[in-house]
Amino acid sequence: MAKGIRDKVAILGMGCAKFGERWDKDEDQLMLEAYEEAMADAGIEASQIDAAWLGAAFDAQNIGPSGIPLAVALRLPDIGVTKVENYCASGTESFRGAVYAVASGACDIALAMGAEKLKDTGYGGLPVRTRGTTHDMIGITGSAPGNFAQLASAYRGVHGVGKDDLKRAMAHVSVKSHANGAKNPKAHLQKAVTMDQVLNAPMIAEPLGLFDCCGVSDGAACAIVTTPEIARALGKTDIVTVKALQLATSNGWEMQASGWNGSYFHTTRVAATKAYDEAGITDPRSQLSLIEVHDCFSVTELVTMEDLHISKEGQGWRDVLDGFFDADGQIPCQIDGGLKCFGHPIGASGLRMIYENYLQLLGRAGERQRQDNPVFALSHNLGGMPNQNVSSIAIIGRADA
Amino acid sequence: MIEFGILSFGAYVPVTRLQRSAIHATNGWFAGGLRGLAKGEKAVANWDEDSVTMAVEAARDALEGIDRTTIERVAIASTTLPFADRQNAGIVKEALNLPDAVGALDVAGSQRAATSALLAALGGNETTLVTAAEITTPKPASEREMTSGDAAAAVLVGTGTPIATFVASHSITMDFVDHFREAGKAHDYDWEARWVRDEGFARIMNPAIAALLEKAGVEGAAIDHFVVPVAVKGVPEMLAKKAGIGEGAVADTLGANLGHAGAAHALVMLAATLEKAKPGERILLASFGQGCDLILLEVTGAIGSVKPRLGVSGWLARRIESSNYAKYLFHRGLLQLDRGMRAEHDSKTALTALWRNRKAVLGLVGGRCTKTGTVQFPKSEVSVNANDHAVGTQEDYPLAEVPAKILTWTADALTYSPDPPSYYGNIDFVGGGRMMTEFTDFAGDALDVGADLRMMFRIKAYDENRGFRRYFWKAAPAF
Repeated sequence: MAKGIRDKVAILGMGCAKFGERWDKDEDQLMLEAYEEAMADAGIEASQIDAAWLGAAFDAQNIGPSGIPLAVALRLPDIGVTKVENYCASGTESFRGAVYAVASGACDIALAMGAEKLKDTGYGGLPVRTRGTTHDMIGITGSAPGNFAQLASAYRGVHGVGKDDLKRAMAHVSVKSHANGAKNPKAHLQKAVTMDQVLNAPMIAEPLGLFDCCGVSDGAACAIVTTPEIARALGKTDIVTVKALQLATSNGWEMQASGWNGSYFHTTRVAATKAYDEAGITDPRSQLSLIEVHDCFSVTELVTMEDLHISKEGQGWRDVLDGFFDADGQIPCQIDGGLKCFGHPIGASGLRMIYENYLQLLGRAGERQRQDNPVFALSHNLGGMPNQNVSSIAIIGRADA
Repeated sequence: MIEFGILSFGAYVPVTRLQRSAIHATNGWFAGGLRGLAKGEKAVANWDEDSVTMAVEAARDALEGIDRTTIERVAIASTTLPFADRQNAGIVKEALNLPDAVGALDVAGSQRAATSALLAALGGNETTLVTAAEITTPKPASEREMTSGDAAAAVLVGTGTPIATFVASHSITMDFVDHFREAGKAHDYDWEARWVRDEGFARIMNPAIAALLEKAGVEGAAIDHFVVPVAVKGVPEMLAKKAGIGEGAVADTLGANLGHAGAAHALVMLAATLEKAKPGERILLASFGQGCDLILLEVTGAIGSVKPRLGVSGWLARRIESSNYAKYLFHRGLLQLDRGMRAEHDSKTALTALWRNRKAVLGLVGGRCTKTGTVQFPKSEVSVNANDHAVGTQEDYPLAEVPAKILTWTADALTYSPDPPSYYGNIDFVGGGRMMTEFTDFAGDALDVGADLRMMFRIKAYDENRGFRRYFWKAAPAF
């Protein structure tokens, strides 16, 4: 019986490019930026990397398909490079590939890269793309905000929350992330905003206004992983290990059957339960030190607090308004600004979250460093849309936890 | 008694009623002479409708409570058929989920296409669904723009208990060109109205009507409903007078709040007439176009036993008033707005996939697991039932006529839509089955979780690069 990934793999080094509108850079340059930081942190040579994974969702925008763009960008020594794509969860997916390779014993050291170049489309928001020949005849080619906005209509109906109450809680999510992003020099958006600004912003997809939506950015993030033993042999003393790594993929139940009420993420609930079990966490509300979740939209973050079993069902909006997830709250959520302000280069986001959690666990997060010695840090990376998606959860923590 | 005749009828009128005053408010500076026509409203099809989708809705209106497997042939009459080479009646057949063993017929080319199709059906012995639809294409600032409107109608002809039976017909064919539209051209070209009235309507139709009445052995005064789909004021009355038909028998041309629906108008007016006809009454249907078709019908005692779902009156009551003339022009391709890069998304359709999935795409046929009863859309090899992944157990389960309710919704201003914001969401069918779909014909504030829906056959996307349109089903407010 498999026992899971807990403490089998350590993070040897991480790096993250500056996120934003990187008009002057191609995706391969962004990957190099993240890679150089990660390699300096890991203290290894390229020849020591046994295998690599690249997570990218919209490869057509800049680099093209396959593992080759990563191999070429970093001039990797003809090792196996695998490109993975799992919508917006592609970053965590690449991490999963590298971690599993090390855990299996097939590799000593593996690299995970997540990258995206979105600002070559010519317009704001995500590129419009096909979802397959048959889907396009019967499905919706809507926008991401349009898909996620539907959570709000269902959440209000299911939990009897007033339109204004929910809108205010959603606004609090964004105001909090902007305040956090303002302290992050790598963030795409580094400016605080007020409740009034958020509440009065132009409507993108009812009820999501402009500030309820995350930034669409260029960027890359990188992780180098190995076993705790090798990490120690390489001289690392302060070790962060992977405690849990779970992925849940919709099988069509939410979208096609009846039973799901439209107000939550079924997959996140499944992945969270498995992840806590894998990490040995019994009470996430008291045991998690900080979390980075997939706040593509304010309402996504809000319902995710419930799906992660931190807030009670139907009560997440109250915890949000109470400041429970603020930088100085009990469990800070998006202490780095999140997708909302750090930015959302799709394939990089999952690794960017792990990067922040890694920095926080090591006390290296600068001005935004959490002062209470974090132990367990969770990241939640989501791709698709509420009724059909890929939800991934990574929990990392101090090796001795 | 089992007889041959008209078994049922139905109609369709698009929900949007464009105010003629709004047209004149924009065009009056240029076409001041149209001031007299700038009153009332006209029905205009939504951006996602064409003659085929409207014909489907009219057919559904006519087939309420009728066993569709009795239909042996489907006809569509229109001068604005979307496809020049792809059987348009075949699309209607698929949307209605009729059995494959039916015939199909597209009838076009004249304002009397619908009556010609009806005559063919009445003269045969098959159970034929005759549909007629027109999405009118007037030039901005023309008189036609003021008088025309979009609509469809359907009549089921066959063996059963007819509500009206065929008495006699008379047709004249002469190449009298009062107006024309060459293939591929957008707009009609009209000759002087006075000439058309005097030399066309009067000199061609008057003797033809007299000939029909003589053939049938019926006096003009015995006609109870004189149905003349002509928008020119006074013409139906003039024809009635000449034929000795009472003034009270002249049918309303529906000009005030619908407009003249081209080749479809004859059947639209016939449907409106059948709605109020009484047993024993005689209906004379007279359509004009390079000659004329005259059809004399007699209403039977069965009238009233078969009713359309809404009928012309019901559709006219289902309306959303609009004064947005610019939106109408844009939807007809007469005003080039900057649609933005998101509109560049390629909507190429894989015809192989369309063929494989034609029942789901065109007919909204889902699946029902014969083992668990789980209903789903689309059908799949493995049931979506969370507890029993039965393989290969699904039977066809048509969802088009099943009522549904809104589970989630949004008004998306980011995604490209010809009519922003784009409304869509997850819906649940009563009795099982769920899908995410676009909403259409909604006034924005009517959307809410739990709202009742009825599915409608619409255009999903236009492939402008290749000249193709993709059809699918959307959810409209229940009616």
